[in-house]
Amino acid sequence: MAVIYAEIKKPKDVVIISKGHAAAASYAVLAHVGVIPLKILKTFGANGSTLGGHITHTGNEGIRLSTGSLGHGLPYAIGIAIAQKRRGKGERTFVVISDGECDEGTTWESALLAQQFKLSNLIVVIDRNRIQSLAGTEETMALEPLKDKWFAFNWAVREIDGHNHEELLSVSNITTQPLVVIANTTKGKGVSFMEGKVLWHYRPPSESELESAIHEIEVANK
Amino acid sequence: MRNAFAKEWLKFALENPKMILITGDLGYGVLDEIASVVPDQYINAGIAEQSMMSMAAGLASEGYRPFVYSIANFPTIRCLEQIRNDVCYMKNSVTIVSVGAGLGYGNLGYSHHAIEDISIMRSLPNLDIYSPADSEEVNLAIAEIIVTDTPSYLRLGKGGEPKLHSISISSIAMPVEIESGIDGFVAFTGGVGARVLDAIEIIKANGLRPSVFSVPKLTNESIEYLVNKARGSFLVTVEEHSLQGGFGSWVLEANADSRANIVIKRMGLGQAGIEQLGTQSYLLDKKGLSAESIAQSFFEVQSSFQ
Repeated sequence: MAVIYAEIKKPKDVVIISKGHAAAASYAVLAHVGVIPLKILKTFGANGSTLGGHITHTGNEGIRLSTGSLGHGLPYAIGIAIAQKRRGKGERTFVVISDGECDEGTTWESALLAQQFKLSNLIVVIDRNRIQSLAGTEETMALEPLKDKWFAFNWAVREIDGHNHEELLSVSNITTQPLVVIANTTKGKGVSFMEGKVLWHYRPPSESELESAIHEIEVANK
Repeated sequence: MRNAFAKEWLKFALENPKMILITGDLGYGVLDEIASVVPDQYINAGIAEQSMMSMAAGLASEGYRPFVYSIANFPTIRCLEQIRNDVCYMKNSVTIVSVGAGLGYGNLGYSHHAIEDISIMRSLPNLDIYSPADSEEVNLAIAEIIVTDTPSYLRLGKGGEPKLHSISISSIAMPVEIESGIDGFVAFTGGVGARVLDAIEIIKANGLRPSVFSVPKLTNESIEYLVNKARGSFLVTVEEHSLQGGFGSWVLEANADSRANIVIKRMGLGQAGIEQLGTQSYLLDKKGLSAESIAQSFFEVQSSFQ
């Protein structure tokens, strides 16, 4: 999300974070790129705050869509992308969806719709962390072969290492079809006790866990 | 009513390029003219109501004025959460158009009946509900919808509804008086109005003259307006809709809230659902909404009132 907002997005492009449960990470990015004020980050989760567990536009001007119920962001983005295409000014719409979100019927309805309208200005990034709410995606409702599914729906498909910023930056769409980027990621990347664990979909870290998590990330980035 | 809608919509659309009609792959023979005269303002979104609704919301967020057209339950209950989250909470100017209100598609089975929609749609925030009774009310509804930004739901009968108003009307924002009388009140919403007017003939033949109101726009304000008119009197409400949470329920709530002390008899469809098949007319008779039963209920409440 940091790469999309800070590097890829042009002023008139639209970004929709459809995986609204990634609110904390999204708000951190949005604050750093100036979409929401940096100082309100500290209110996250507090009573009366505009920042809570799922992305909410109310009181946060600049957020295009409240999300949290999965499968809404992509079809909404199709509406925006159609409008952009009609204006013909090269504007694009990016949508970040989760892999678990590919369980939703609207994801595949939208896959059909977007290719029908040849929305080459629509770029979907799937956070392919292989974990959904209760267990792994493949043991819950297998998505593989995921790449083939999007190919079969007539989309341009790229698969990348979602932690590699250069790979994400290099993605471009030269086709007349919409583009999906399957970004392979590890949930909790860089924090040994969090990596790939369902528990951290729910649990906030304690003070000491937070300290050691930050420490691990800082050491790795030295 | 659906033909009146298509004709009137096209008239406005020719002057407003931001108006877009999005159909859920329905409207055979009804939308053809729109599709050929303003092809850039017509989208067939296939059979994908949920995505169609979110897409319409996205278009509205870009300044377009989408009308999402389908029949019965498909553009409402089928995609309720999309309406709630992406249209209503996001305050996107989308108009949901459902054709075949009530039992308009009686013969097609309960999958194609729309008898719970008012109840469900009225619980959503930021949504205006229009339930016109004839083509004149449809035209006024469209005229009102396109000058407001509020998301809206337009509930249309399938077709063939007779013209109800003898004097031309100028607004449907508040209940429209069709007859002025001295013996209580009768109020209806939607295409069932024609039956109500038949019932009024029976009532008049028995020497009674109630005031009759059509309620084409359902809002707290319009229901309060009606309740204030009928304050202290008796009122029969008629709707082609379940009695759970629809027009009549709304009137009961307003009556209690404003202590209007009206004796109310609601007529509509029971909670049991409609399991038989048949024409709209057959089913309405069967379910107690014949002109005779409406008149009968009026007489009962009128005699108990005195």
